[in-house]
Amino acid sequence: MSTAPPEGTVPPERHGRTGGRDRTGGHDSTDLHHPTLPTHPSHPGHPHQGRPDTRPDRYESATRFHEEWARLLQAGHGVAIHPGILRRLVSRTAGLLHRAQLEQPFRPDFAAEAGALLVDARFTDPAVLARAVELLQIQPLDGRGPALCGAFAAGWAAALRERTLREQEAIRLAADTARQEMEKALRASEARFRALFESAAIGIGLGDVDGNILAVNRALQELFGARPEDLQGRRVGDLVHPEDTPGVWEAYEELISGKRDYFQFDKPYYRHDGEVVWTHLTVSLIRDDDGKPVYQVAMLEDISDRYRLQERLRHQATHDPLTGLPNRVAFFERLEKLFEEPEPGARFGLCYVDLDGFKVVNDSLGHDTGDQLLAAVAGRLEAALTPLGHLVARLGGDEFVVLLENCRGEQEAVAAAKTVLAALAKPVLIGDHRLAVGASVGVLERRVATTTPGAAVRAADLTLYRAKEAGRGRWTLFDPTENARAVSRYTVSVRMPVALDRGEFFIDYQPLCSLADGSLVAVEALVRWRHPELGVLGPEEFIGIAEETGLIMPLGRWVLEQACTQAAAWVREFGDAAPQLNVNLAVRQARSAGLVGDLERILRSTGLSPDKLQLEITESTVVGPEDEALKSLHAVVDLGVSLAVDDFGTGWSNLAYLRDLPVSGLKIAGSFVGDLHDPGKDTHLGWRIISGLVSLAHSLGLTVTAEGVENGADADRLRLMGCDWAQGWHFGRPARPADIARRIAGSKLPPRP
Amino acid sequence: MGRPNWVPAGTDLDKPNAARVYDYYLGGSHNFEADREMARRAIELWPDLPAIMRSNRAFLRRAVQHVAEAGISRFLDIGSGIPTFGAVHEMARGIRPEARVVYVDRDPVAVAHSRLLLADDLLSEVVEADLRSVEDLLARPEVAELLAAGEPVAVLLVAVLHFITDDDEPARLVSTLRDALPPGSALVLSHASMEGRPDQAGPHQDLYRRTPTPLTMRGRDRIVELFDGFDLVEPGVVYLPEWHPDNPEGIGPHPERMSGMAGVGFLR
Repeated sequence: MSTAPPEGTVPPERHGRTGGRDRTGGHDSTDLHHPTLPTHPSHPGHPHQGRPDTRPDRYESATRFHEEWARLLQAGHGVAIHPGILRRLVSRTAGLLHRAQLEQPFRPDFAAEAGALLVDARFTDPAVLARAVELLQIQPLDGRGPALCGAFAAGWAAALRERTLREQEAIRLAADTARQEMEKALRASEARFRALFESAAIGIGLGDVDGNILAVNRALQELFGARPEDLQGRRVGDLVHPEDTPGVWEAYEELISGKRDYFQFDKPYYRHDGEVVWTHLTVSLIRDDDGKPVYQVAMLEDISDRYRLQERLRHQATHDPLTGLPNRVAFFERLEKLFEEPEPGARFGLCYVDLDGFKVVNDSLGHDTGDQLLAAVAGRLEAALTPLGHLVARLGGDEFVVLLENCRGEQEAVAAAKTVLAALAKPVLIGDHRLAVGASVGVLERRVATTTPGAAVRAADLTLYRAKEAGRGRWTLFDPTENARAVSRYTVSVRMPVALDRGEFFIDYQPLCSLADGSLVAVEALVRWRHPELGVLGPEEFIGIAEETGLIMPLGRWVLEQACTQAAAWVREFGDAAPQLNVNLAVRQARSAGLVGDLERILRSTGLSPDKLQLEITESTVVGPEDEALKSLHAVVDLGVSLAVDDFGTGWSNLAYLRDLPVSGLKIAGSFVGDLHDPGKDTHLGWRIISGLVSLAHSLGLTVTAEGVENGADADRLRLMGCDWAQGWHFGRPARPADIARRIAGSKLPPRP
Repeated sequence: MGRPNWVPAGTDLDKPNAARVYDYYLGGSHNFEADREMARRAIELWPDLPAIMRSNRAFLRRAVQHVAEAGISRFLDIGSGIPTFGAVHEMARGIRPEARVVYVDRDPVAVAHSRLLLADDLLSEVVEADLRSVEDLLARPEVAELLAAGEPVAVLLVAVLHFITDDDEPARLVSTLRDALPPGSALVLSHASMEGRPDQAGPHQDLYRRTPTPLTMRGRDRIVELFDGFDLVEPGVVYLPEWHPDNPEGIGPHPERMSGMAGVGFLR
């Protein structure tokens, strides 16, 4: 098979240059490494050389084949191979194929090896095989074509199969190794977590979102005094305790449904032995990668000692050690709570109880007996009144108080007072003594909105004194007139003159808001008296006396000065957003010749613009067309100060005078709105009266303010009725100037409900 | 990120992995069905991909050759993947037989494979580390030792920075590496770019979004910025086939179709 082309016709740059460096690859067929074989199909002296083939077409086709072959391997994958290495590969494989084509005997294994070499160099693309076979087929192959191509393809395929399996094995092994190492690391990490979980000083429990407890640590077992099997498999819902803080289970439901991610509460649990353990509980939600809740982790810290101490301190602070009844502190806490967010129209009752003749018992039979008597009385009161839902507290000495929350009316309060008296009707047995104890009761029953805790207790106390004075062993009902009289009689009138000098008065301001948009339009100045013994007194408790004694004049001036100074400060700070100032003008002030002069001076010294001031007068200020007061009121209006009629509808005013008064506003007395919530009164009629007052005022061109507005529904209805402004708890209670300033600053915000 | 050091990384063979997908593109069988499925879909959308990968591999070869001829015999190959075909140590040793290479990858399987392959090679090391925690990467003993000698080191960031999202600040990572390099060191960098085939950028990034290594293609300017502090070797940042071709025909008629961009820089 002597098929060598003429010597020297092979382009040297493609073949010759590779020279001796062509020895690459690890093939065992040594004769394939002959440097010239790849390019010279026939070589003189070669041991395997067969019959020579000198046909020029053979040579040409071999050259063309070599070129095509090089082109095939340089394309595609070939770009990633170093050009030198690629050249050697081209020579090697082309040489092998030549020998397979020409040598005698036919060596198909050379072709197979060429195929394998391609795969070794990572020519694994089947397109390479297809093109290679195509190139081989266009060679004159003397009938060897099918066998040669078959051998080449088989060699390529076998090598590819081997290579694929080898690589798959290698990557599989790498994956296994990586996985093993990861598992090892995971086990180590898990061991660390397990140790952390197990040895944590805080109790930790893991549960699923169905509430099944999956794992608990040692600290939690100790906390519950339980073995793991006692807790595992139990459900979180079983751990309910009657003293659970309200909201804890709602928070739990929100957590497991994914609405919140954690919560914290102090929560009691029953230990395995039935004891109660108090814990500080934190529960966190664990979600999967998609955010779906999967686990809950609870961390519990034992706070039993702290909790018990706290409870003992709290009980001590709020309970009377002698009788076990709530003490003064506890009573005031409860009472003040009533005033925090009362329902509209909410009422309450107080029975202020004082034992009759207790001092005698104490003095004659000794303190021990006295104490036993107090304890027995306390027991009777509690037994009689607690079942009715009332709170009995000991205020001190022989004074007790009954608090009726959500009182339905005077009758109920009176009934409670009667129950008190009945409970003490039978004598008390202390040792050998049969002690007949009576009691006097002052009963107060009011709408929450009309008073304050301090004023209510004081009023009940004064009512009690009236009961005592009236002859003991009886109850007396609060009477506002009597109350005012009692206040004045006992303490007020005597002290008031010095109070002004001592700076015991101060002023709160109550908002008046526009019903149209809820904005703050004015504030009413309300004078208070911080009485050293009685606490803070409201104007209704001392203004009457001040009028009687004439002290209203200096007090009224002081109020005007103070309030105008404050209002001017607001104008400086907030400009147009500052509210109008409303100040009450007593009848005596209105009739005073000095009023206009005082006003002029005060406006000048404070710098308050007159149009920011409105004086509130009552219907009784002007009693007829010839009234002196009318003149000074006109002079006030001439200053630029406006006037409004306060508490309209409570006096017996002659409506005819209303048109002669130089007023620009009218305030409908709070009792009209208050009566709407009185179950004994016709609501429909109440609204018609208010509506009538509003249209009356509007027909006179007056701005109407509704007083005593305590809820949004009433406010809405008043607004629809065309009422201009409103005042009342719904729009804000009397407040310190700083609170008002905050309110003005945040005036873009809606009114507080 | 966000995983503490002492919590092991996962080896999720059901998810395609960039290193094994790359191997498939290059005609290898170091891959699993999930990798092949992803690669086949990618090729279906963008038939040039295998050619681009080969082009990238060819760039790596030419760049390693270039820096080795420039005298560098230390290599830090970050994101080395599965270095079966034309591994850096083989290529470098053609010129510098003493070449040392530290291969770094964050995929535990790629690392395990490299370790099996290089078990007997005393001058090569394999480190499992994450470029995103570049300080941790630099602190690994094998890396620290490579840098400590004070001899120039070639940092290879070949087809790896496009797996760093903008949130992970690729420029900061490169500058941290740069600051740790001895004088005379080099940066070899290639990066998937949206310049050549803007039409392909969207769908191709979408495909990688489901993998542990989402793809962020960047424009030429952003890629040039990564060479901050390095003097770029001529011709600068160019399409893969345009960088120091073996011969003029090597560039091919449409270098922009090999949409990746590449460059080599020496520390200033």
